[in-house]
Amino acid sequence: MSDTSRFDGPSSADPELEGIYPPTAEMIAEPMDPELSRAQAERLSRAWATPTGWRYWSSVNNTEVGVWYTLTAFCFMLLAGLMALLIRLQLAVPQNDLVSADLFNQLFTMHGSAMMFLFAVPIFESVSILILPSLVGARDMPFPRLSAFGYWCFLIGGIFVIGSIFFNVAPKAGWFMYPPLATEDPGPGSDIWLLGLSFIEVASIAAAVELIVGALKCRPPGMRVNIMPLYAWYVLVVGGMILFAFPPLIAGDLLFELERSFDWPFFDPTRGGDPLLWQHLFWIFGHPEVYIIFLPSIAIAAMIVPTVAQRPIVGYSWIVLSAVGTGFISFGLWVHHMFTTGLPNISLGFFSAASEAVVIPTGIQLFAFVATLMVGRVKLNLPMLWIAGGLAIFTAGGLTGVMLAIAPFDFQAHDTYFVVAHLHYTLFGGMVFPIIAGVYYYMPLISKKLMSKRLGRWSFWLIFSGFNITFLPMHLSGLLGMPRRVFTYPGGLGWDIWNLVSTCGAFVIAAGFAIFMFDLLTHGRRSALTPRNPWGGGTLEWTHDVPEANWGVRSIPYITSRYPLWDDPNLVERMDAGRYYLGDSAEETRETIVTSVIDARPLYIQPITGPTWITLVAAAFTGGAFIFPTFHMYWPAGICGVLAICTIITWLWRDTARPPKTHMADVGLGLRLPTYASGSRSAGWWAMWITMLADSTAFASLIFSVFYYWTAHPDFPPAGSAHPELMLVALAGICVALAWGATFGAREVNTHGRPGLARALLGGGALLSLAAASFMTLSVTDLSPKTHAYPAILSAITIWMGVHSALGALMQLYCLAGSTFGKLTPRYDADLRNVTLYWHFHALAALIAAATLGLVPLMLT
Amino acid sequence: MTARRWKSKAGTRAGASCALLLLAACSGRQSALDPAGEDAETLALMFTVMVTAAAILWLCLNGLFFYVTRVSPRRMSRKLANGLVIGGGILMPLVLIGALLAWGLSILPDHDQPGDGLVIRVQGEQWWWRVAYETPEGDVISANEIRMPVGERVSFVLDSHRVIHSFWIPSLGGKMDMFPGRQTNLSLRADEAGIYRGQCAEFCGASHAWMAFEVEAMEPDAFDAWLAAEAAPAGPPDGGAEAIGRQIFAREGCGGCHEIRGTEFQGQVGPDLTHVGSRHSLGAGRLGARLEDFSTWIAHTDDLKPGVEMPPFDHLPQEELTALAAYLKGLQ
Repeated sequence: MSDTSRFDGPSSADPELEGIYPPTAEMIAEPMDPELSRAQAERLSRAWATPTGWRYWSSVNNTEVGVWYTLTAFCFMLLAGLMALLIRLQLAVPQNDLVSADLFNQLFTMHGSAMMFLFAVPIFESVSILILPSLVGARDMPFPRLSAFGYWCFLIGGIFVIGSIFFNVAPKAGWFMYPPLATEDPGPGSDIWLLGLSFIEVASIAAAVELIVGALKCRPPGMRVNIMPLYAWYVLVVGGMILFAFPPLIAGDLLFELERSFDWPFFDPTRGGDPLLWQHLFWIFGHPEVYIIFLPSIAIAAMIVPTVAQRPIVGYSWIVLSAVGTGFISFGLWVHHMFTTGLPNISLGFFSAASEAVVIPTGIQLFAFVATLMVGRVKLNLPMLWIAGGLAIFTAGGLTGVMLAIAPFDFQAHDTYFVVAHLHYTLFGGMVFPIIAGVYYYMPLISKKLMSKRLGRWSFWLIFSGFNITFLPMHLSGLLGMPRRVFTYPGGLGWDIWNLVSTCGAFVIAAGFAIFMFDLLTHGRRSALTPRNPWGGGTLEWTHDVPEANWGVRSIPYITSRYPLWDDPNLVERMDAGRYYLGDSAEETRETIVTSVIDARPLYIQPITGPTWITLVAAAFTGGAFIFPTFHMYWPAGICGVLAICTIITWLWRDTARPPKTHMADVGLGLRLPTYASGSRSAGWWAMWITMLADSTAFASLIFSVFYYWTAHPDFPPAGSAHPELMLVALAGICVALAWGATFGAREVNTHGRPGLARALLGGGALLSLAAASFMTLSVTDLSPKTHAYPAILSAITIWMGVHSALGALMQLYCLAGSTFGKLTPRYDADLRNVTLYWHFHALAALIAAATLGLVPLMLT
Repeated sequence: MTARRWKSKAGTRAGASCALLLLAACSGRQSALDPAGEDAETLALMFTVMVTAAAILWLCLNGLFFYVTRVSPRRMSRKLANGLVIGGGILMPLVLIGALLAWGLSILPDHDQPGDGLVIRVQGEQWWWRVAYETPEGDVISANEIRMPVGERVSFVLDSHRVIHSFWIPSLGGKMDMFPGRQTNLSLRADEAGIYRGQCAEFCGASHAWMAFEVEAMEPDAFDAWLAAEAAPAGPPDGGAEAIGRQIFAREGCGGCHEIRGTEFQGQVGPDLTHVGSRHSLGAGRLGARLEDFSTWIAHTDDLKPGVEMPPFDHLPQEELTALAAYLKGLQ
């Protein structure tokens, strides 16, 4: 209980829950009136109905969006796979001229970028959106429209990026985009990469925020953190990693695009820039990315293995700690991608050791699975075959990883086909195989039908053998001296035969995928409905109805164990009868229960938004804002940006945090809950908190860049350079501080029943924010960012702060309007509390920015 | 006893033939597994040890997995399972990785240390190598080829003109990246005389695949003689064809980009050609160095090396190309 109050301390305006909690065994055992249950089911069914006809595409339900998202990611994977086949065909024989050097470079750049950004990360998010609510017995994700928005962004951005290859303008500087090669590339390729993928990264972060909130706040009553399914733990860890890994890349993208569009020399060594800065920013993202891809697959294995062993996982806490440990360590390894850049030996030694350290948490997770299988009575199934194949491949990749982490050995193997082999072993074994295992395992949940066992075995053996035929020889061709990313090679160096073998293997893999896709797309027509829990699993997702009912779960259960289906034989029957919580929807609206972070005590009923087109419109405008600058069309981009903001404000205004009709509502089992929450009880507040963590990380990356230049270059800042106007910087800082005070004050006086004063404070705060943005801009007008990296980076920080101050003003005005038009009242003040939270972060960032702009020139020169 | 001896003999023989096959598969003049220098030797040994250990570990882990799922799917003791997580997940990696790290870091070469005297500066270009040998009398300029004395640790001082490249001679040791505006160092020692092949390992644009070079490790005396010859200016054309070739070279403006020391050709954009006739390859490892390779290269640069800055001189009639080739091949 003490934990609960610490994390979810009652906010003064919110009423506490009323009635009985936790429910007694007698209450749960009491039978339901069948007539009542049927009436409830009908109301629920109407509330959660999926639109039909062309309106189907306005759905926002996780079961719809999750399926679209997953299938889209699979399509991008197949396209990137076709590119790989072309790459292999070109390399089948020496001096081949099937594709030109230019096209080849586009192909391998796109293959890597698409597999990473359009498949590996999105597939985690899409699968999680699809199954996380069912794993924790929730009706839906906490913000379904955000999932839909994220999906449409992903679709538009993905088509834009991958489509560029059909117009022969795809990026061609490698998926790592090293400057100066990528900054000097004359075509639009690099801009397509930077802007298109930034757009998708923003959507990825949005999905990560939602998934984290889903795992933290949408668990069923009673499911404390230490009994939640391991998959939810991995969602938390991976979501957290996305929050800290993607922002450095987004900050890097911003600098990179400023260099390409406006010639600000962040990475140009002739004007004080440094190409290595990009490598640091890229790999601070890039290495955690590997674990962002790998951990979700471990999560799938962690769900399948206990089912196969028919007993609870061995070492639950060990696995959780290892996952968290892997997440942490993965941020300390990035330099092993840069071992050959001439760093001092002390760095090489440190990062070698850190890279090896990650073996331990990974080993614990794998051995915990083996241990679970040992103590259980193993009942093999098709998904387990894929997990076993994945393990065989992944361990080989892990062992070559141990070799590569030894810096001197990496001097030989780096940037050769040995690394190509290594990374495909880890990603195929650690990601593709477990994902396919997950598809087979969860298909009875998604389509309510089993995929073919026979075809599954065929595709397994084709992909497994094809994979090894393709990639095993690459270890050798790499050590025989074959570098990566070569569009062709001379004969007679001992590489010919191995390349030919690799090419043959690639087509065997392709045959396996063709069978898998055929089965995936047609199994619905070929097989009958499965029973409800075909594998005999013990977790909540297997309580879903067959055929699927749109409500997800008929009633939200009270959970006290890790494998409730194994521990409580009556659970499913009682859930079906609507015995548990929210078995009814009196108003026929979509709702779910939000619970506390640690103990999962029910807190309030969250209304869930329904089908809408506005997410699609908002995604289209956001896409325009990112895509037009690729072609240097800044006016259309600006207009799209403004329209995107207007659309999003409309969306928020109409459907989020509206004051409820009644303060409390009955949720069943003798419990009444509030229908509104603000502050730390509400899901929205947590989403703001988590988003701002990511935002602050991006900002920290910009500050890191300043100090990176300073440590790496003795002449930074260069002698005689102009500095920001100290007076104006100080004024900007003071304005931000006052604007923060006004927002904070508005929140307090509003709570104490003085909305008029709050409105005045908000209006004043908005003016101060805009003044801060102006002073910040004015302070750097004397700097010419094209001349040197020093004025350029300070100007970039100014842009960042200016945009954030303007956003802050917009939020203040939004609250002002809310208060004026009755959306925001002293009691229902979620918007104002979230905006205050934004301002806490922004004020701190502004303080740091002002200190950097104002003091650094004094201290560093 | 005899049976056992016979068995072990057969085993040795089978092992030996396997090893021979493997050796054949590993050999090559660009192979890290066919070392000809100190660093490469150590790393090849390290790889052999690591790959053997990795194979054993892989078999154990996957064997165990196979055993618990297929051979013996019954329940086993919980204690054993816990022991496995701690022993296999923590203790084993601690010991093995600790040992490997200790060995690996102990052989970490310090490239910033001066070598045994000879310093070679190499600059990466799109897509070729500018080479300068530092001597007390001044730099000896060359391109697209490295010559070094056997048994001596040579220091390479690396940088790049426009984009990042990476300097790598697998037979001799590890690679080092080359940056514009930043100097990196690498030191290598060749222990066996011979001709090896190096290649750019960092993706550097359209013709990254064709940015290679030949490395000749020579006996110290031969190297000294070669360096002295390399330092000398080019000799005059020898014979009619070569003299015509020199005129064509002048007429086509080749000297605007290329330098031939001892002549009026002083261009600095492209590779130095003072002794191009004595090199082992053309176009940075793109072609051999026969007479016909010269004319092929000059006429078809863009086909042979996409994106290359040198235009193709395919408008020249064949006899002029041949004369030009004769002149260049004559620059010994």
